This record gives sequence, C-alpha cells and structure tokens, in this order.
Amino acid sequence: MLKIENLHCQLEDDPDTKILKGVDLEVEAGKVHAIMGPNGSGKSTLSYVLSGRDGYEVTDGSATLLGEDILDMEPDERAAAGLFLAFQYPVEIPGVGNMIFLRTALNAQRKARGEEEMGAPEFLKLVREKAKELDISPDMMKRPVNVGFSGGEKKRNEILQMSLLQPKLCILDETDSGLDVDAMKLVSKGVNALRDEGRGFLVITHYQRLLDHIKPDVVHIMAAGKIVQTGGPELALEVEKNGYADILGAAA
Amino acid sequence: MDASTDTWRGAFEAFKADDAAAAMGINAREAAFARFEAHGLPTKRDEYWKYTPVRDLTPDTKTAANSAADAFGAVDAYRIVFVDGRIDHDRSDRDALAKVADLPEAETPWLSAVYAGQQAKPIEGAQKQVERPFADLNMAMATDGIAVRIPAGTALDKPIHLRYEGNIGAHLRIVMLVEKGATATLLESGAGALTTGAEIVVEDGATLNHLRAQTEVADKQFTALYARIGAEANFKTFTLAADGALIRNETQLTMAGENGNGHIAAGVMGRGKALIDNTVYISHEAAHCESRQVVKNVMDDESKAVFQGKIYVKKDAQKTDGYQISQSVLLSEGAEFNAKPELEIYADDVMCSHGSTTGALDETAQFYLRSRGVPQKEAEAMLVAAFVDEAILEIADEGLQDIVRKAVDAWMAERAAE
Repeated sequence: MLKIENLHCQLEDDPDTKILKGVDLEVEAGKVHAIMGPNGSGKSTLSYVLSGRDGYEVTDGSATLLGEDILDMEPDERAAAGLFLAFQYPVEIPGVGNMIFLRTALNAQRKARGEEEMGAPEFLKLVREKAKELDISPDMMKRPVNVGFSGGEKKRNEILQMSLLQPKLCILDETDSGLDVDAMKLVSKGVNALRDEGRGFLVITHYQRLLDHIKPDVVHIMAAGKIVQTGGPELALEVEKNGYADILGAAA
Repeated sequence: MDASTDTWRGAFEAFKADDAAAAMGINAREAAFARFEAHGLPTKRDEYWKYTPVRDLTPDTKTAANSAADAFGAVDAYRIVFVDGRIDHDRSDRDALAKVADLPEAETPWLSAVYAGQQAKPIEGAQKQVERPFADLNMAMATDGIAVRIPAGTALDKPIHLRYEGNIGAHLRIVMLVEKGATATLLESGAGALTTGAEIVVEDGATLNHLRAQTEVADKQFTALYARIGAEANFKTFTLAADGALIRNETQLTMAGENGNGHIAAGVMGRGKALIDNTVYISHEAAHCESRQVVKNVMDDESKAVFQGKIYVKKDAQKTDGYQISQSVLLSEGAEFNAKPELEIYADDVMCSHGSTTGALDETAQFYLRSRGVPQKEAEAMLVAAFVDEAILEIADEGLQDIVRKAVDAWMAERAAE
C-alpha cells in the first residue's frame, strides 16, 4: 500500500541538514506498522515529507501510495489519494468553524475523486454519529477548529477527521503525546475502529504504552534518518525495558 | 493659494453660476472652497497624506465602475439612486421615505445647523488637525445628495440605501439627523461618486448603523463622514473596500454625550495597484464613552493599505474606553500596509489600547487545511474569510453581515479564478 524506497531529504533552507538518509519501508493494507526511535531520528520529518509539508527537499528515493507516486502531488491531492496525517500538534484556526472545516474537507476530497459531494443533512447525521463515538460534544463542533480545545480534545478531533475522511493510509504522529490514560484509551478505540483489511497504519511514537492499545503488526526502530531494525511487537517491549542503547549499539 | 487647485476655481465659479443646487448652503460652500484652495491638493508633506498623496486631480476627473454587482442590490430598502450627480426620481423611493422621515427640499433650521456643523470646525484643543481637502471640495461642489431627519422615537422600518451611478466624477452630500431615541440604517454603494461628504448627528439614545460597499469602485473615491454621537447613543459604521485605484475614507466621530458608543470597522481587499486608505479620528469629549476601531486588510499583488487611527481624549472624558486594532494579511511580497495609530489623552482615568499586525497567511494553518484535502486557493479563501470576519462581526445586523461575507467570498473566488 505505502512503499517508501531509499528516501532521502534535507531542509530546503539549509541543504547541509540531511534528515532522512535512505528510508525503506512498506506498509501493507490491513497492517499496523509502528515507528519508534529517539528524538531527532527523523520520525516526524518522515510524516511531513509523506504528507507534503513545505520546507523539505527530497533528494533521492521514492514514495508511492497504491502504486501512485505521492511526492509530486500537492498536499490536498495526497489527501484525496487517501493519505491522512494525524498531527502531533493539531493546528488552531481561529474564525473557521469546525463543522464547516470538516464538510469543506470531505467534499473537496470527494470532488477531487470525481465523487458526488455530500449534502448538509447527510453530513450532519454522519458527523454527529462519529462525534458521539469519540465523546466529542456538540459545543466542540461549533467552535473554531481546535481553538480552546484541550490536548485530549485536539487529538480526538484528529481521529474524528480520520474517521470521516476514511483514508487508505493513516499516519499517526505521536498521537499519544499530551494524553492521559483515559484519553489515550478513547483515541485508541477510535483508531482501532478504523482498522480493516483495506487500510494501513503508520504509528509514530516514543512509547510502548500507545502500542498496548493500538497493537502493531510490525515495529521499526528509526535512528539517524534510517530504519535500523524491524521486528514484531516484542521489539517495542524491548525498547521499553532497555531503551534504545542496545539496539542502536547493535545496529552500529 | 496652491497652483494645484487652479483648474478647480474655474469649475467652482461655473458651478455656482449654473447650478441650482449651488444655492443650498452657499455661504458654507464659499467657505469650504476657500479652505480647499488654501490647502491645495494633498501631498506627501501633509502629515495625514504621507502614504496617500493625490496628484493631478482635475475637475474633469471621471469615475469608473468595475464588473462587481451592487452588494446591497437585493436589500429591501428605501433606495435613493443618483446618476451622474443627480437623483433619479423614477428609480428612487424618495416619496415613500418622506412618509416616515423628514426630507426637506430647502434649507430649514435643522438642516442649516447640521449641514456644516462639524466639518467647518476644528477639533478643539487637539495638537493636530487632519487636512481634509476633499471634504471641503465635496461641500463646495456637491450637486445633490440627501438631507434626512429621522423623527424622535422612530424606528425606521428598513434601511435607506444611497446608490451612486454614472461616471462624471460627482460630488454628493449626506446630511442626517437621527433624533432622540430613533433608530435607522444607512447603506451606500456604487462607483458614481468621486467624493461623498456626510454630516451626521445621532442624538441622545438614538442608534444609527452605517454600511458602505466600495466593491465597484474601479477608479477613485474620497469619502468624509462626520458623526456626533449623543449620550447613550450608538453609531456603527462599516466599510468594505475592494480594489479601487485610490480610495480614501475619512471618518471623524465626536463622542459628545456620556455612555455613547462609536464603532468603526472596515474590511479592505486590494489587488493590482490598488491604494486604500482608512483615516479615523475619534474625539472623546464626554465621560464613560466607548469607541472601537477594527480594520482588516487583505492585500495582494502590489496593492497598498493605509490605516491612520487616532483616539483623542479630552480632559473631562474620564472612564473613556478606546480600542483600536488594525491588521493586514499580505498575500504577495509586493503588497504593503502602512499603519499609524495615535493616542492623545488629557484625562487621567481612561482605558485606551491600540495594536497593529502585518503578516502572510498562517502557513501552518494552510498546510493543516490542505492536508485534509482542501485545495490551496480554497484554504486561502477560508483563512481570509476568517481573518476579515472579525471586522464583519462589528456589523449589527446579521443579514447584512452575510451580505458582506458573500462579497468577500466573491472577491476571493475571482482571485482564485485568475
């Protein structure tokens, strides 16, 4: 589903800063892949490069989603193609109502795919249903996007977007950061509800604890811009127990 | 005497000799023209024209309209239409308006009192006066306009809409007295006025909401609005200006009675080489009044926005609450915003604040929207709409708010289509 080969990138403004140095990774449909790694290993950069954020220059390698090269696409085209990034720090947008934002996004994607736009009543029903599952109050839906939301509310709002937009590949960038245990359970429940045969997940996290709730099929360790080790769920437990030193020492 | 006004002297003499309208307020006209001549056309050396110098404005200056629709065309209103500087009776609801308000044909005591009541008098005690040559030119050479008195206690059932059409570079004058406890809404639109001048008095406990759409002005428009606000009275003015080659809006509010409210808001959208200037002066003369200025500029290409806003608080105007914010989003590197906030305060127990910001659209917010599938242009339009909305929310009537929102959306859609 998502295939990354030998991906290299550097900062646009500072070409000497190389961040990704040959990432190889394949996420199959129906699977959850986790990426762990120490600070500064390039995990979040990978999520930004895949979703098309400005400021990074890909110098080598490729990334395809369902066989389509996504690196040449605009961020909105990538979204329409089925890519979704749940932000580590969801952005506050004063003045733009959450409801209008969600409907605009959903219909923009549908339009881009040549599908019919969803009417207001149908959308309202859908959004209410999904919001309820994530314990998102009608008041939160009326407020501007993420403005005045707590950390947990922001993350739940990300998952709500994910469940409305029904992407093919979901990238979760440190979705557990800033969440207490109850919020993490709620968010994980939302993510698990989306797991199915046709959808792939790339879960970026520092900690094993998220993976207790969202059980990965494959765990990768990233360090210095590369995947240095790949294994099963037990790899995450090993990191939790011993830290990265052993793994990184062995890889070096 | 300034050579820049030479051609205007001849035009003024011809106008007086020929034009029946010149009879109205002839003394005020002579005095106004003398002030205009003495000052001359504004140059960069004039303090309040530094960013908006006006060269080569001659009496044969025409006005032009772009293709935008009349923003208030669908509003149910008492419509007063002016074509080439004259009322078009067939298209105007003057008779209907005359049934609910007082529309004098000739000079009456109230009209004489209001006509040049504020414009001719400098603000007492202030360090500097704003040079207002176009207000004077307007008073001197106005061919037509409207004088209306809303009788005490009357709530006008629908807005008065002044519609300006034609291209001769007309000067139109508005005189309005909203008597005690009365309520009215005044709308203005159209490119067919080179200058407008408004003298407004909002008496104690009265409310006047004013809304101006400068979305059709392709060339130049100079406006001057003076409003005197009584005790517990409310005056709100909002202007949406877009794309004019040169638009200058001058607003002067006098907070004359205790517990009065004066709000000035503007949304400015600039493209090409547009230059749009909002110059505001609020004089707090009575205690316990509130004034607000909220100006939002969205500037593209090589357009320029200017905002000059002054809050002047006299010694006795204690407990004044004055707020001012002017913000610009620059959509291109060639766009420009000049802001000049000023406070001049002689009372010792007041709350006055001002702020100004300039920047590009928030890139992180744009990326967030795009990452959810919203195309670039649409994301920009959403963020611009949200930015301007803070000014639009100053409009009292929600229906009129929506009309202005639509005009902003239309402007962004047109930009996206380019």
